[in-house]
Amino acid sequence: MELLDLSRFCMRLGDSCLIMAHRQSEMCSKGPFLEEDIAQTNLGLDLLGQSEALLKYAVELEGKGRTADDLAYRRSERDFYNFMLTEQPNTDFAFAVVRQYIMALYLGKVYETLVKVDDETLSGIAEKAVKEIAYHQRHLEMWVKRLGDGTEESHERIQTAVNELWMFVGELYEEDQLDLKIQKAGYAISGDEMKVYLMEEISSFLTESTLLVPESVYMTTGSKIGIHTEYLGYILAEMQYLQRAYPDAKW
Amino acid sequence: MSEVKDTQGQLWEVFIQTKKGLPFKHAGSVHAFDKEMAIQNARDLYTRRGEGRGMWVIPANAIVAVDPSDDESFFDPSDDKVYRHPTFYELPDGIKNM
Repeated sequence: MELLDLSRFCMRLGDSCLIMAHRQSEMCSKGPFLEEDIAQTNLGLDLLGQSEALLKYAVELEGKGRTADDLAYRRSERDFYNFMLTEQPNTDFAFAVVRQYIMALYLGKVYETLVKVDDETLSGIAEKAVKEIAYHQRHLEMWVKRLGDGTEESHERIQTAVNELWMFVGELYEEDQLDLKIQKAGYAISGDEMKVYLMEEISSFLTESTLLVPESVYMTTGSKIGIHTEYLGYILAEMQYLQRAYPDAKW
Repeated sequence: MSEVKDTQGQLWEVFIQTKKGLPFKHAGSVHAFDKEMAIQNARDLYTRRGEGRGMWVIPANAIVAVDPSDDESFFDPSDDKVYRHPTFYELPDGIKNM
């Protein structure tokens, strides 16, 4: 496999983690109670760590002298490759829970494969991340079930979040040329396998949580070529503000 | 103000074991609504920096404490009986955690 392909693969994964980390950082001080506030922020910190490791490796493979910070703070929307799901706003607590729950399932599967690859850096990153994500899944499943099987209002809110976010799930098992190369090298499972895994897992868990699985009519596509929903621009405006206003600022 | 209701759930006490085999020590408390949430909240608050390899979480109201007014009758009688400590034995080298 060519280094640039692997670099792009790491960048996609790193971007998704970075944008989720930012979304989770927005949850800080907004948790329903102190303990959950800390838990939500911790999820973000784990993702930020994974993102840093992946983006560092991406620039190393790329070999153009860029740094992970360059990727995070000096690219514009169209050069970000995170899934649209990851940039969806924290409309309410249920939206954050559903977004992170689905992504935890996805990431768990991705890292599970990467643990076994013949690439020390990547398998090292995955080995650490796979444990973190296993906890994310446990914590978020607890909330999906608790809200789904909770009060009438919590049930309605999380069902709304599931319905609203459903159209972004298709991207998680979509394939382009790069994915096929990555899969051929054994660094990822096929889109079909991912789709079956996600659908079976989500369906059975939602049902267990007394929630309905939405009928999929339309799924978005585009983040693999840098197309995003309106929300990414606002995230970048905030995330990159310092670098944009005071380039190369130091303290 | 005294009417403000606490909506954070019940109080649980957290005990952490730093290494397998060592005793569990009280680390602090958390709020939670049930066992699963209690153990997760405790994990997020108290074990994120390598503090432990084992953890117990116990509903605070399940702990029976000695009433401070009973201190004298409970604890004072042992004050002048140092011979109850096995301090007159020589410990062999290699014994740890004593």
